[in-house]
Amino acid sequence: MTVAALAFYAFSIVTVAAALMVTLSRNPVHSVLWLILTFLSSAGLFVLLGAEFVAMLLIIVYVGAVAVLFLFVVMMLDVDFEELKGQMVKYMPLGLLVGVVILMQLALGIGAWTSADGAMGLHQAPTPDVAQVENTRALGMLIYDKYLYLFQLSGLILLVAMIGAIVLTLRHRRDIKRQNVLHQMWRDPAKALEMIDVKPGQGL
Amino acid sequence: MIGLEHYLAVAAALFVIGIFGIFLNRKNVIVILMSIELMLLAVNINFVAFSSKSGDLVGQVFSLFILTVAAAEAAIGLAILVVFFRNRGTIEVEDANVMKG
Repeated sequence: MTVAALAFYAFSIVTVAAALMVTLSRNPVHSVLWLILTFLSSAGLFVLLGAEFVAMLLIIVYVGAVAVLFLFVVMMLDVDFEELKGQMVKYMPLGLLVGVVILMQLALGIGAWTSADGAMGLHQAPTPDVAQVENTRALGMLIYDKYLYLFQLSGLILLVAMIGAIVLTLRHRRDIKRQNVLHQMWRDPAKALEMIDVKPGQGL
Repeated sequence: MIGLEHYLAVAAALFVIGIFGIFLNRKNVIVILMSIELMLLAVNINFVAFSSKSGDLVGQVFSLFILTVAAAEAAIGLAILVVFFRNRGTIEVEDANVMKG
């Protein structure tokens, strides 16, 4: 068994086991941490496939942004997660049934799959030789040339998502006191202060 | 040499685990969102495996776009979750029927 095969089996076993733990663990914080392990090990699978750029992107985007976002929300919401887990056993048989059926269907599909005769002639962008053009450079030349509009469109999707998330979660609370800077600056000392001559022994 | 079928098997297992997670955590939306991320990751593995094994770079470009959409989806989903929690005080989705859908 070569080193690459050994690495493949290690990464894939860790990926699948961590993914199972995401769904089974009782604490959502642990779920997020298992999710991070899943992403890291599947990034290892991508490196084995020769797709370094996508692997690094997976680490930066998924582990660095998405998983941390999940962690933020899990820790921010004050939810009794034990209560939510109560009926997990009830759904286990149905989930297992559906999972096994879909797994069987996928196995049948993959088992019967063969590449079509003319498939190799249909390449849109043949991968250049790694010795001359490395993965990141080849991908960059493809994205910024042939798929420029799609790339811009994905940027637009991110912009819409950002604005949507801000609009959804922003709220202006009216039941608290706020600082009004303009109000403070326009305040006149002559109206705010009143001098009262208090007689001795009388008080106000 | 590891063949294409091995990667497809890993991706299929990940996808089924994602579906299983959605069924198992019917009440906890956060874990449901994580399961959706797992399913998108399985699709990504399929794309990159086919791209690498057939020598066509377009599959990796597509996986990049899937990554973008997955990040946007997670951000919007978590924002909706935060608003839902603020209004209802719980994240149980089973009795979410405000819209009578």
